[in-house]
Amino acid sequence: MPYVIERKPLTLLERLYIPQIIAGMRVTLKHFVSPNVTMEYPEQRPAIPAGYRGVPTLVMDPNGREKCVSCQLCEFVCPPKAIRITPGEIPADQPDRAHVEKGPKAFDIDMLRCIYCGLCQEVCPEEAIFLQNQYSMTGFTRAEMVNDKARLYELGGTLPDEHFKWDKKKAAAEHGNAH
Amino acid sequence: MIAPPKPDLVTVNVDGKDIAVPKGTNMIEAARLASVEVPHYCYHPKLTVAGNCRMCLVEMGLPAVDPATKTPIMDPATGKQKINWMPRPTIACATNASPGLHIRTNTPAVVDCRNSVTEFLLINHPLDCPICDQAGECKLQEHSTAYGRGYSRFVEQKNVKPKRTQLGPRVTLDDERCILCSRCVRFSKEVAKDDVLGFIDRGSYSTLTCYPGRKLENNYSLNTVDICPVGALTSTDFRFKMRVWFLKQTPSIDTESSVGANTEVWSREGSIYRITPRQNDAVNDTWMADSGRILYKQVKAADRLVEYSIEGTAALPAVALAKAGGLLRAGSVAIVGSGRSSVEEQFLTRKLAEYLKAPVTLVSRVGPGDKILVSADRNPNVRGALVTGLVSSLPAQQLTELAAAIDAGQVKSVLSIGEDLTAAGLTAAQLAKVPVVYLGTQRNATSESAQVVIPTLTVFEKAGTFVNQQFRLQKFAKAVPGPAGVADDLATLAQLITAAGGPTLASDLGALWAIIAAEVKPLATVTYANLTASGLLLDGTPWAALPFVEGETLHFKPASPVAASA
Repeated sequence: MPYVIERKPLTLLERLYIPQIIAGMRVTLKHFVSPNVTMEYPEQRPAIPAGYRGVPTLVMDPNGREKCVSCQLCEFVCPPKAIRITPGEIPADQPDRAHVEKGPKAFDIDMLRCIYCGLCQEVCPEEAIFLQNQYSMTGFTRAEMVNDKARLYELGGTLPDEHFKWDKKKAAAEHGNAH
Repeated sequence: MIAPPKPDLVTVNVDGKDIAVPKGTNMIEAARLASVEVPHYCYHPKLTVAGNCRMCLVEMGLPAVDPATKTPIMDPATGKQKINWMPRPTIACATNASPGLHIRTNTPAVVDCRNSVTEFLLINHPLDCPICDQAGECKLQEHSTAYGRGYSRFVEQKNVKPKRTQLGPRVTLDDERCILCSRCVRFSKEVAKDDVLGFIDRGSYSTLTCYPGRKLENNYSLNTVDICPVGALTSTDFRFKMRVWFLKQTPSIDTESSVGANTEVWSREGSIYRITPRQNDAVNDTWMADSGRILYKQVKAADRLVEYSIEGTAALPAVALAKAGGLLRAGSVAIVGSGRSSVEEQFLTRKLAEYLKAPVTLVSRVGPGDKILVSADRNPNVRGALVTGLVSSLPAQQLTELAAAIDAGQVKSVLSIGEDLTAAGLTAAQLAKVPVVYLGTQRNATSESAQVVIPTLTVFEKAGTFVNQQFRLQKFAKAVPGPAGVADDLATLAQLITAAGGPTLASDLGALWAIIAAEVKPLATVTYANLTASGLLLDGTPWAALPFVEGETLHFKPASPVAASA
């Protein structure tokens, strides 16, 4: 059922119009002198807080060696099936890494599928995959949006390591545990 | 057939539940019958009992009897016979069920035993599950989840042992992971009859090794990988290829010989990664030959036929089939069927032969039988051809009759179903005289010279049944899709019959089996769906007089004296 709202008549000040303009100008002038809240993206970039979940990357240990052993747990846990790994054997002729035995031959993360959930980082037993600060992934083709192994290491760089698991294994092997 | 005598049953009590088990069953199996799992590593149902892992410790009790009068001692509290519990735990694998035996598998003492055994096994274990191929199907991993303490109290240095020893051409040993259960040693000695493996040194120095100067290179070496409860023995072919939890298992049949070992095909996204045996106590127990495990490589082999062609030029499937139909319609066709086709394909081949009134020959493949799981007849389904009525006598190794018929000009065209006619004794000159229609999976001399080539599917890409040397009808399922554009073999054969002017027949298994059951008397009661995983033993007496080439193998004794003496 229709009903009618009575419109209040304007006051004199409102009818004068000038005070309303002044009030508006006051707001405008206040923002004129107050500090900026936006930034000149992409020249300026925001500071990324700790624990931010950006693009998943592969990292190397402080000695510049590959940490991933291609256990494929991230591939298994990945909800949108964005990760694809081809496992491979590390040949015996690489003295510093041969004892790791296994490493990825290929490692692809499809960033068109990735949902940035961070489960891959959580599940990784070797602390080799991290969601780091990179948040902007763009490309002109679908193929460009698939990060291959080289690109993942380029994005990931080196992170500090607390464990040096494989160095310890190598030291134990050299020690030989003679009784 | 004489039914085996009913085994004597004895009643045992597992965790308070009475259950009747056959006499001589050990406590692990008795518990399994009562749906109670007793964890174990060294025990394997098909091998002798070693009793060295100590994981299966349980509490055991026997009904009390008065030593003097041999009368049962009753417990006044319950009114039942008193149970004398042993003061110490016993290993369940090496103790057989006796009347009134009581087993307790869930007491604190038993759990404590399992926890302690697990802790000792993990002392020197490298814990490299992330790179271990066994992860996901590892007994040590499973039992450590159930009985492990979650952290290590071992502060000393772990043992370091060689990580990639080649025990043979197909088996790689990771010594650190070995828990010295000796399953592989017992398998080599008892089943493969090639006693090459053994332990040397003592205590934590103990190492699995081959006899000096020998290698683990018998045709059954990969079974040691299957039975290894940890990741110590790994298959060199499958090593680091794929984690097992990604792989889909499909029941299949080993096509390398007429034994028809039951297999499991492990695939992911259309690629096969490995083949392992599937337990069938009437055929292959839990074993299979190494030679059958590499057959999956034919699926993606370089010589795989993937396109229809006429005289060497690619053609559309319909055009190639029409051309083949035209050749067949011209009459005087000779059909070379195959002992490698499934029962259903052989039935359709028979229908085609009946329609064309064409003679059918098969090519036999004979190799030395190894008395275990590879028989002398290397065709998996010669008996299927007999049962379906495709042929009535055993195939010959050389197609001499066909060769003579071609020379005499009695044959106008030849249809070969997967058989290389050159290898079967036809000369290039003879093949040049007649147009050949070749249906097959791999390229060979015949496919090169054939007029029409129609690609077909491998056993991994289709479903069907085989009849093995025991006349056991066994089914296999489709593990992976075939190459793009290649039709199912049944569809191809049905279309070929239509193209040759014959009737339209069903090409899906369900409908086709209704026709087979109606027309083939020995298979009258069978449908594809109701065929169980362990197969169906058919009556082989109508063919008992044929001189089959097979010698004795596991679970098979040749009925015919001709073969037995050979």
